[in-house]
Amino acid sequence: MTTIQAPRTPSRSTRKRGINWDKYGWIYMRASGVLLIVLILGHLFVNLILGEGIKQIDFAFVGGKYSAPFWQIWDLLMLWLALIHGTNGMRTIINDYIHNRMTGRVLKGAMFIAAAILIVLGTLVIFTFDPCPAGAPANLVADFCSAK
Amino acid sequence: MWSWVFHRITGVAIFFFLLVHILDTSLIRVSPEAYNAVIGTYKNPIMGLGETILVAAVVFHAFNGLRIILIDFWSKGAKYQRLMFWTVVGLWVVLMLGFVPIHLANVFSEVG
Repeated sequence: MTTIQAPRTPSRSTRKRGINWDKYGWIYMRASGVLLIVLILGHLFVNLILGEGIKQIDFAFVGGKYSAPFWQIWDLLMLWLALIHGTNGMRTIINDYIHNRMTGRVLKGAMFIAAAILIVLGTLVIFTFDPCPAGAPANLVADFCSAK
Repeated sequence: MWSWVFHRITGVAIFFFLLVHILDTSLIRVSPEAYNAVIGTYKNPIMGLGETILVAAVVFHAFNGLRIILIDFWSKGAKYQRLMFWTVVGLWVVLMLGFVPIHLANVFSEVG
């Protein structure tokens, strides 16, 4: 006779000791979500609604923004919060739909590596970016570059 | 159930866009020409429609995320979850009515 497990019985035994990472992941999704609503809707408003919207976005536009620490911090927060939020969301989805443990591990590993690389790359770009690169044509960079 | 399905679908879509968007923005570190060439592709009408769908996905995910938080933390959240779903849909419609005409006007204008 087939035994029917009690409702909500996990597929594998739950961790009894140590840090409950799933709980902190759950809290993180909500806390970062609230911050991301402000950050991303603000990002979309400034870049797509104000001025000429999508048509205004070019190297000079981004150079102008990143010459202000305000937007550097804004984008840095978005980068970290959104990538970790997104990667943890993908982890949840992989856990739900991938039943083969090895496949799940490989997918989650790939996701983790991709997120780590992009966080490092994005952070380096924000802080090492030069809005007025030497030798760049004046019509492609921000107006303040020619004042130097 | 549909709010849950849409939350997942929009979440996955936004995640993959985010990966691409970090890479394209990183081109500012390469050269003005490289960045402008790639960001230029975002300005053609087909991509403009794609951006409209992306913003629609982001706005839904944002408001439905707030609804999930209210269901979890507000004592009456579960009771009002259905009403809150339609509130999410209503807010989504209002924001999209504000965004879409402005964005499409920018996309289909000859400026730039």
